[in-house]
Amino acid sequence: MSRAVRFQNVSRRFGSVRAVDGVSLDIEPGEFFALLGPSGSGKTTCLRLIAGFEQPDEGHIEIFGETAEGVPPYRRNVNTVFQDYALFPHLTVGENVAYGLMIKGVAKAEREAKAKDALALVKLAGYETRRTAQLSGGQRQRVALARALVNGPKVLLLDEPLGALDLKLREQMQEELKSLQTSLGITFVFVTHDQGEALSMANRVAIFNDGKIVQVGTPSDVYERPTTRFVADFVGSSNVLSPEFAAAHGGTSSWTSLRPERIDVVPEGATVAADCASAKGTVSVVSYQGAVTRVTVVTDKLPLIATIPAGASLHRGERVTLVWPKSAMVAMGGGA
Amino acid sequence: MTVAAEKPRGMAGAISDVFFARPQLLTLLLLAPPLLWIGIVYVGSLFALLLQSFYSLDDFSGLVVHEFTLSTYEQLFDGSNVQIIIRTVTMAALVTIASAFIAFPIAYYAARYARGWMKALFYLAVMMPLWSSYLVKVYAWKLILAKEGVITWFAQILHLNWLLDGILALPVIGGPSLSFSYVGTFLVFVYIWLPYMILPTQAALERVPANFIEASADLGAEPGQTFRTVIFPLALPGIVAGSIFTFSLTLGDYIIPQIVGNSRLMIGQAVYTLQGTAGNIPLAAAFTVVPMVIMAFYLWMAKRMGAFDVL
Repeated sequence: MSRAVRFQNVSRRFGSVRAVDGVSLDIEPGEFFALLGPSGSGKTTCLRLIAGFEQPDEGHIEIFGETAEGVPPYRRNVNTVFQDYALFPHLTVGENVAYGLMIKGVAKAEREAKAKDALALVKLAGYETRRTAQLSGGQRQRVALARALVNGPKVLLLDEPLGALDLKLREQMQEELKSLQTSLGITFVFVTHDQGEALSMANRVAIFNDGKIVQVGTPSDVYERPTTRFVADFVGSSNVLSPEFAAAHGGTSSWTSLRPERIDVVPEGATVAADCASAKGTVSVVSYQGAVTRVTVVTDKLPLIATIPAGASLHRGERVTLVWPKSAMVAMGGGA
Repeated sequence: MTVAAEKPRGMAGAISDVFFARPQLLTLLLLAPPLLWIGIVYVGSLFALLLQSFYSLDDFSGLVVHEFTLSTYEQLFDGSNVQIIIRTVTMAALVTIASAFIAFPIAYYAARYARGWMKALFYLAVMMPLWSSYLVKVYAWKLILAKEGVITWFAQILHLNWLLDGILALPVIGGPSLSFSYVGTFLVFVYIWLPYMILPTQAALERVPANFIEASADLGAEPGQTFRTVIFPLALPGIVAGSIFTFSLTLGDYIIPQIVGNSRLMIGQAVYTLQGTAGNIPLAAAFTVVPMVIMAFYLWMAKRMGAFDVL
């Protein structure tokens, strides 16, 4: 079976800026795929290339085996949930959802029935006659979702789908989107700058930096085995160890990632198991964060961050030993 | 210890405190002058005008009879008066439609594509005609349209005399020259009122976010469908606002048809003549009510069609 989306060496320039720079990517049918990266990293441009709002300057794009470059958005079987939803203010909620069907020439009774079903799917049954201006942000998002899904797209694109929602709503929508995707089996591709969102929702994640993909993998791949310092830094927080430091502590002589939650803080001089590495240092910052406490310890070489369960009483200036399993050190290629 | 800052309060401070405590008072104070102006000067004189239209003129003495009657309104339906109304409304409607068609592409370009100096140039080009005197522009057009004018001259160079003569030979709208025909009057009206159509249309289009167009395309709409189902409905309030200008300004104008056109009267000219030389204030007032009624009806229709829903 062909890939849902395939990018082969795709570039898109804006003036002298290479927004997307030689990206190759395969997204499998039925995947929930995240394009993750900081703003300006090219992830949104990639989404727009799939939607057809942008055309590649170089390279080749396929959607379910069909060549996409040169095909306008209105001839692609993909639909988009826009970041600010882009609901039409002159149409009711029901008309918004039925818009795509109306354009296709579906009879009024049928498209109204389908719009009704789509609204029920996103838990907005009975909202057909409302004006979009009367809806809350979360409701607009659902309408935008229904408006896209009602067309039965092969690929659903979501541009920062949860960006405008508050935390509680965001967590709720994450779960809903996930279960919606599982039950519908449609390929979802979503753009986000929020690594937590990407890790919790996606099957696979592509991490963007400077118009290039720096790593593709499952959430645990990119979190536990970052291949570059950028990924280690961007996905969660990480201690990046210099080659010398890593080698001196039982790792390999390369830039190495060490996740803060893998580091344990023990009293100075405690015994260290054979498969663990350790470093002595002084506590410099103790930051209470609810479930965990984040401790910065300055060793003689570099400061290291450890997250430990809340409640441990540490104070500034205390001498401690940091202990971590040697297997927690992940060597990264490429140096930078 | 007190909460208030230790600062000497002058007269201004005391007044500020009063307004702070009673914000409605400030609103009332600010609104009073314009309300008085609109209430007395504008609505008052409008009411006086309306009252005049229910009086009549004694044909023998030439004096206004101050008795309530509908006979003046009956006169509006006399043959020649009805002709004046039909002529004016037709002209206003045609000018409005033509302005809308010419203005839309210009407004669309300015709203969607023009950036930087192109946008500045657009505003300059649209607004500049409004800076010069209305009379100067109308007389300039009289010269342009005259038989010895630049249009005739160009038609000769391009060997298009036959076209010009053909237009002038048309019944009703033709005439001895463009400056003495309905075609000429129409052209000048369109020229003079065009900015009033372009600006509101452009403002409305400016408020249509680009991602509405993308969303529409994303949902399968070809550019033509997007135009009909998204862009046009959202621009409609602007077009209606513009048409209110072009339509009502044409309905009431009495200078353009007098300078450029044949000698057949429009409503504005009829009012001008009736209240001046003829001294028939009641009929002039009744004529003035006609555009107001038409405009009220027009706005009501526009509202029913949902032209203001998005505002």
